[in-house]
Amino acid sequence: MLRFLALRLARAGVTIVLVVTFAFVVLRLSGDPALTIMSPDAPPAALAAFRHEWGLDQPVWVQYLRYFGAILHGELGQSMRDGRPAMALVIERLPATLMLTVPALLLKIGLGVPAGIHAALHRNSMTDRVVMAGAVAGFTVPSFVLGLLLVLVFAVHLGWLPSGGDDSWRGAILPVVTLGLGGAGILARFTRSAMLEVLGQPYIRTASAKGVPWRLVVRGHALPNAAIPTVTVVGFMVGTLIAGAVVVESVFSWPGVGRLLVVAVSNRDLAVVQCVLLLVASTMVAANLTVDLLYGLLDPRLRGQATAGAH
Amino acid sequence: MSDIALAAAPPGRAAVRLPAGVVAALAWMVLILAVALLADMLRPYSITALDLRARLTPPVGFGGTLAHPLGTDELGRDVLSRLLVSIRMSVLIAFGATVIAAVLGTTLGFLAAHFRGWVEQVVLMLIDFQASMPFLILALSVLAFFGNSLPLFIGLMGLHGWDRHARIARGLAIAANAQGYAAAVRQLGARPLRVYLGHVLPNIAATLIVSATLSFPEVVLLESGLSFLGLGVQPPMTSLGTMVGYGREYLTRAAWILLAPSTVIVLTTLSVSLLGDWLRDRLDPTLS
Repeated sequence: MLRFLALRLARAGVTIVLVVTFAFVVLRLSGDPALTIMSPDAPPAALAAFRHEWGLDQPVWVQYLRYFGAILHGELGQSMRDGRPAMALVIERLPATLMLTVPALLLKIGLGVPAGIHAALHRNSMTDRVVMAGAVAGFTVPSFVLGLLLVLVFAVHLGWLPSGGDDSWRGAILPVVTLGLGGAGILARFTRSAMLEVLGQPYIRTASAKGVPWRLVVRGHALPNAAIPTVTVVGFMVGTLIAGAVVVESVFSWPGVGRLLVVAVSNRDLAVVQCVLLLVASTMVAANLTVDLLYGLLDPRLRGQATAGAH
Repeated sequence: MSDIALAAAPPGRAAVRLPAGVVAALAWMVLILAVALLADMLRPYSITALDLRARLTPPVGFGGTLAHPLGTDELGRDVLSRLLVSIRMSVLIAFGATVIAAVLGTTLGFLAAHFRGWVEQVVLMLIDFQASMPFLILALSVLAFFGNSLPLFIGLMGLHGWDRHARIARGLAIAANAQGYAAAVRQLGARPLRVYLGHVLPNIAATLIVSATLSFPEVVLLESGLSFLGLGVQPPMTSLGTMVGYGREYLTRAAWILLAPSTVIVLTTLSVSLLGDWLRDRLDPTLS
C-alpha cells in the first residue's frame, strides 16, 4: 500500500510538472506578449522596458526556471492587465463558480446514482428506458444548447427566472440545472452498468440462494461493489468543480473562473491563464488521489497489494 | 440449402434485424454525410449573400416564405444555406480529428506494447496527463495563444481522445504478442512494422473502430463548444457551434437561428452514439 501510495504521489507530481511546462511552453512561445499588451506601434523603449519588467528579455529556460521557482515560493505572478496578483483574481472568482458547480455536483449525484441503481434493479422496465434515454440525452445534448433552451423557456417565454448575469441564487438556478442534468445522465449510465455487472456476479447468486432477502443482498453485496466504478466517475466530476463550467458560465454570463479564463486567454494574460491551469490541474490531481485512497476503503483487496484483473 | 445455412448459423447472425433506432440513426448519418459532400450544390444561396429586405424572416410555418425555408438572420443571410455549409465544416473537423486521434493513439499504443520499458512509461505518463486534465482547458489555451487556423484547429481536436485509443491499442497489442499468430509471423522473419500493421492491426481493428465511433460525437460536442465560445471556427467560415453562438444574440427575437444548428448537433451526436453502442454490442461486448 505504501509503495502504491508513493507511486501515485510521484505520478501526481509529474502531472503537475507537465501541466506547468505545457502551459509555459504554449503560452510563451506563441507570440510576444509585449506587442499584445502594449500595441504594436508603442515606442521601442517602452516595449523594451515592458519586456524587462516582466523578465521577457531573458532566455526562455531562465524564464521557465524563474517561473517554477516562483511557484515553489507560492508566487503565481501578476495579471499583466491590471498588475494585481493573478492568484487573487482567480480566488475572487472562485465563490461564483463554486456556487454553480457544488450544487450541480450534488444534483448529479442525487439524481444520477439513485436513477442508475433503480434502472439496474428493474432492467428493461419503463423506468430503465426513461433513465437510459435521459442518460443518452445527457451525453449528446451540448451544455450550451441545453442552457439556451432553458433560457428560452424559463427566462424568455415564462419569465420565471433570470437568464443569469447576477450572482444571486435565483440567477444560479438555470446554470445549476444545466450543469446537473447533463452530468446526472452520464452518472446514471455508469451506475447502471456498474450495478448490472455486479448483479451478474456469482456471489450475488450465492447470497440469494442461501436465502438472504433480496433487499439485503442489494444493500450488503451489490451496492458496495458497484460503488467502486461509480466513485471513479464522481471523483472525476469533483475534479472538474473549477473548470467544468467554462461554457455554461459563458451562456449565462456568470462571473466565475471560467469567464475569467476565457477573457484572460483572449487578452493573453499569461499569469492568469497559468494560474487557472495550475489550479485546475491541482484539483484534478487531488481528486484522483482521493479516489485512489477511497478504493482502499471500498475494496479491502486493494489494501494489501493490487492484483491486476481481480474481481 | 438456404434453410440449412440459416439453421447452422449462430443465433446472433441468423437474422440481422436492425433495431428501429439504429436504422433511423443510420439514415440520419447518411443524410448528414450526403449534405457534407454536396453542401455547395444543395445550398440555395451563398452563405454570405445578404438579403437586406428579408432580415430576421421566420421559417416556413412561422410566417416565413419558401424563399428562405429556415428563415434568415440579422443580415438577411439564408439560415438553411448556412446550416448546410456548417454541417460540412463540423463533419470535416470531426472526421479529421477522429482519424488523427485514432492513428496517433494506435501508433503510441503499439510503440508502448513493442518497446515496453521506458517508452511504455512515457506513453502511460502522457495518457495519465491527458486523462487528468479537462481537454477544453488545454484546447482553450493552445487556441487563443497560437491564433486560429483551420488545419491547426483540426490538429488540436485530433489530440482529443488519442489516449483512449492508445490505452486500447497497447492492451490489445500486448495480448496479441502473447498469442501464437504474432509469434509465428515473427519467427518467420517479419519485421515489427509488418507484424503490427499486417497482423495485429486487422485483429484488433473492430475494437478500435468502435472506440473511434464513441469519440466522434465527443469531438462534435467539443468543436461546437469551442466555436460557440468564439474560439473555434472563425467567421467568415461557419460551423454548427459558430451558428449557435451567433444565434444566441438573437435568442429572444429570432430563436430559429439557434434552434436549427442545435437540432442538427443533437441528432448527429445521438445518431453516432446509438450506432457506436450498437456496433460495440455486436462487435465487441468487452469494451465499455
